[in-house]
Amino acid sequence: MSTTLDRPTSAVDPTRDGALNEKTKAERRLGWYLAGPAFVVMLLVTAYPIVQAVFDSLFDYRLTDPENSSFVGLGNYGVILTDPVWWTSFGVTAFITVVTVAVELVLGFGLALVMLNALRGLRPVLRTVILIPYAVITVVSAFAWQFAFSVDSGFVNSWFSWIPGVTAETDWLGTQGLSLFVICLAEIWKTTPFISLLLLAGLAQVPDVLQEAAKVDGATWFQRLRRVTLPNMKAAIMVAVLFRTLDAFRVFDSVFVMTAGANSTETVSFLAYRQTIERVEIGLGSAVSVLLFLSVVLISALFIKGFKVDLSQARGE
Amino acid sequence: MSTREKVGWGIGGLIIIVYCLFPVAWIISLSFKSSDDISNGQFLPTAFSGENYEQILVGDAAGLFLPALVNSFGICLIATFISCLLSMFAAYAIARLDFPGKKLILSTALAVAIFPVISIVTPLFNLWRQIGLYNTWPGLIIPYLSLTLPISIWTLSAFFREIPWEMEQAAQVDGATPWQAFRKVIVPLAAPGVFTTAIIAFFLAWNDFVYGISLTSTEAARPVPAALGLFSGASQFESPNGPIAAAAVIVTIPVVLLVLLFQRRIVAGLTNGAVKG
Repeated sequence: MSTTLDRPTSAVDPTRDGALNEKTKAERRLGWYLAGPAFVVMLLVTAYPIVQAVFDSLFDYRLTDPENSSFVGLGNYGVILTDPVWWTSFGVTAFITVVTVAVELVLGFGLALVMLNALRGLRPVLRTVILIPYAVITVVSAFAWQFAFSVDSGFVNSWFSWIPGVTAETDWLGTQGLSLFVICLAEIWKTTPFISLLLLAGLAQVPDVLQEAAKVDGATWFQRLRRVTLPNMKAAIMVAVLFRTLDAFRVFDSVFVMTAGANSTETVSFLAYRQTIERVEIGLGSAVSVLLFLSVVLISALFIKGFKVDLSQARGE
Repeated sequence: MSTREKVGWGIGGLIIIVYCLFPVAWIISLSFKSSDDISNGQFLPTAFSGENYEQILVGDAAGLFLPALVNSFGICLIATFISCLLSMFAAYAIARLDFPGKKLILSTALAVAIFPVISIVTPLFNLWRQIGLYNTWPGLIIPYLSLTLPISIWTLSAFFREIPWEMEQAAQVDGATPWQAFRKVIVPLAAPGVFTTAIIAFFLAWNDFVYGISLTSTEAARPVPAALGLFSGASQFESPNGPIAAAAVIVTIPVVLLVLLFQRRIVAGLTNGAVKG
């Protein structure tokens, strides 16, 4: 699928004698002419804002009071990192990330196995319905789950009243624990299909020969899963986990819709939003944004160095 | 496979179908409940009512919902178009030409794709206010490119690698320049891939909430997800849940239609770009 790159793209080897002939030069120029605009736009919409955010974060700057803006160095970071509000939101974000990614990985693997093994006639149906949670807007999914659990318009309390502790008056979005449960549920529903499609693509790469050989050697289903299937799709699993981890770490929509950060369910993204947009504390908000950005960089570095995730896999090279 | 295994996987398949459709079915059902029926504690309405749809399409809430729908369609289509155009050229260069910096472009796309959106919002909120882009269409289209462009470059590069490039070489042998070969031979061959990329990019833009809620303040530019998010606070009805459900159903219909029509392509597009095939 991705071997085209290995083919020589021009009749002339560009490295020959170290000299570039006209055709190679023209090709390089054309390459940058074509790819340049996209590259520049990407930098403009991300690199520029983050640099600006780093700069803004060094000032005590409130939008409604621009006259009194003053340079405070790393003061904003000091304020944030010593404030329990930051650590609560960081903890909540980490909790949502770990729980959703772990559940999604197991659930997504199950879905991928079913899609792989389902009858031929059922497969296209499954591949179609699995895209629906992916395509439904996160805000809509959050509302659907919120309304299902809500006291006044939901059905969950009446359906599950047989569970001890659940009554018609159970307020799922009234305490931290239950709110996080519902938020995680909505996130898991919405994003598991994406993981399962990545895992399905990974499953398809496991050579059938290996499976057959293990079967002949008398390996049980579970042994084959552990010793043949999983090691052979490690790359696909790690890429899926990395993507979802970073995606989960910026969780915002569901929290905004379901609790608006009440009952200590505020996430880091939500904290940055509240500081910047609601309180117009540009300096503090920027510092939170920069800290969130650094967390994402740190997670990526951890995955790439620590778990040796090969991102060239992710680029289809 | 034994019959027992077949039945087992079949049941697994049914569970997936229920899993995927249940919340969607619920929001549709809720959207047909009248305001007295909304707290009946049941999944289905006691009697079907079109009251909620009336409210958001012609009633009190129409002023909030309909402009948002227009904004969403306009902004998302323009952002999708721009990023498809830019990434078409970029992906062609990546898949086809030999030039230094190819890896840099793909790594940048990856980095942009995992960028925390809120970190972009903070500085833009300030800048947009200063230069007058706050609460305008361009003020959303530009940041939306950070969502749509990386996935477009990725997906399209993966698609472009599978195109039979011999045809381009044949055209060049016949005297076409690289530019002519690109325009006359490759563009028609690449159209399906571009189309799929456009759908996936559109999904991402359509799904945006962070930019929409942070960079707009009125119906002049506010997209649907942001309008939905503010609905509960802004309306004076007893419970806004019914109208929200109806609006949610309406914005879900286009994406579900796209999924049903182009399922196979979307799956290929999503996984091609992400996992080595």
